[in-house]
Amino acid sequence: MNIALVIIFLFLLLSLYLGIQARKGKDMNLEQWTVGGRGFGSVFVFLLMAGEIYTTFTFLGGSGWAYSKGGPTYYILAYGCLAYIMSYFMLPVIWRYAKEKKLVSQSDFFVSKYKSPYLGVLVSLVGVVALVPYLITQLKGLGSIVSEASYGSISPTAAIWISTLAITVYVMISGIHGSAWTAAVKDIMILGVVLFLGIYLPIHYYGGLQPMFEAIDAAKPGFLTLPEKGQSISWFVSTVLLTALGFYMWPHSFGSAYSAKNEAVFRKNAIVMPLYQLVLLFVFFVGFAAILQVPGLEGANGDLSLLRLSTQTFDPWFVGVIGAAGLLTALVPGSMILMAAATLLANNIYKVFAPNATDQQISRLAKYLVPVVALIALYFTFQGGAAIVALLLMGYSLVTQLFPSLLFSLFKRNFVTKQGAAAGIIVGVATVAYITVSNSTIGTMFPFLPQVLKDLNVGIVAMVVNVIAMILVSLVTRSSAVESDQAKAA
Amino acid sequence: MFRYILAALPFIGVLVCIPFANKVEPYVFGLPFVLFWIVMWVVLTSILMGIIYKLDPANKEGESK
Repeated sequence: MNIALVIIFLFLLLSLYLGIQARKGKDMNLEQWTVGGRGFGSVFVFLLMAGEIYTTFTFLGGSGWAYSKGGPTYYILAYGCLAYIMSYFMLPVIWRYAKEKKLVSQSDFFVSKYKSPYLGVLVSLVGVVALVPYLITQLKGLGSIVSEASYGSISPTAAIWISTLAITVYVMISGIHGSAWTAAVKDIMILGVVLFLGIYLPIHYYGGLQPMFEAIDAAKPGFLTLPEKGQSISWFVSTVLLTALGFYMWPHSFGSAYSAKNEAVFRKNAIVMPLYQLVLLFVFFVGFAAILQVPGLEGANGDLSLLRLSTQTFDPWFVGVIGAAGLLTALVPGSMILMAAATLLANNIYKVFAPNATDQQISRLAKYLVPVVALIALYFTFQGGAAIVALLLMGYSLVTQLFPSLLFSLFKRNFVTKQGAAAGIIVGVATVAYITVSNSTIGTMFPFLPQVLKDLNVGIVAMVVNVIAMILVSLVTRSSAVESDQAKAA
Repeated sequence: MFRYILAALPFIGVLVCIPFANKVEPYVFGLPFVLFWIVMWVVLTSILMGIIYKLDPANKEGESK
């Protein structure tokens, strides 16, 4: 075992320790385990939310896309920023309602607003299905980190098994309290590591930022801007919009919004979070620096660019520190995702069909489901070969389908009925599934359209279909509801 | 109302103006122009949200708690 691996495993032990410490002396019912008893202040909610947002996706995926795609990567910087603006206005409303009704999960919100437990089941299913690709990204990321840091002595497959085991044990021991503490350690590490790499590597290899970009521009003209075709400007605009809308639709980010102590927490966070986004910029720099230094990583292997460049540049002990930071960026979100999926399955799906189950039984079931979900994700991790960002974009297309009915439910007079909400979500998700399975783009479905429309993110199609179905079904079910009311009155 | 106009500015800057900013030169702070443009809006968003926070009457009552 080399020094890099030793350091990574020490950090794993530290985070397990923090998880166990955080749990001591607390009675863990379901609300405690998942929303931390709603007692977290600004700093902790900030860390939790940042913890989920700055994941392996950012660390390896962000640099990986900068390495293999160039300009289109900038979308990652743009969407979070717009999502925070919306969070300022939306999250306090959601939080207030959730607190009043003592809600624990995202689907509770739909159940309560639309007065339909089955809509809750549907929302939970969408959530769980969307979480799987997200979890896969974390597992893949963790796997690459461990296997690259071992300099090839641990195979990626073994590394992914070890990582999955680590995350599962971590979640089963600690719940959300562990996440918050590890998030604090992780944020400090990732800030330090990313800032250092993003500044040092361009200077070390090119003598500065501008010379680096000039060298890339000379070697690959047009690589640094959005291309004319494919991931063009219209792709950028539609993708930023879609992902910004989907940002808080993830069951786990929705859930961590519940853990705030008061609503001012969100408003304050909306000021700081955009700046925190700038960390991404340095991640991009690492990916860009790798282009001319470790060429030849094709397709999904672009995700390895940061680690490859690091092992080429630094001593093993420092590779260990980078790997440890990477480990934490996968562990915190990975644990949140696992916990969210397990809670959804137990509390929002199982309980609807077994209403007599006690809270204790549900709590226990949620815990036992953690390894089950982990194994399912593991199965798919070994199946597919997509890049981290591509996987995440698919998850985003799925969760974004929840946005229209959520938005309408926030208004005082909501004309969308539960049938309308369900129809919209089902049609939207089915469209995403069809598009993903058939691998189609707007260009292949409608070849006669101009290029500007062809390049739109396919999620937009699903969203439009979703909204149309939602409105139509709402109108129909609404008028029949009114008629039956009138019939009763007569 | 003024708050919503402020909140809309980054959407316009990032989504509507991007076709005009999509170029490498001039470099600003060593960044290709399009990347600089987006970074600038990230920073401006933070500032705008700070102003909105100050203007928002909802935060006045919260401070006394």
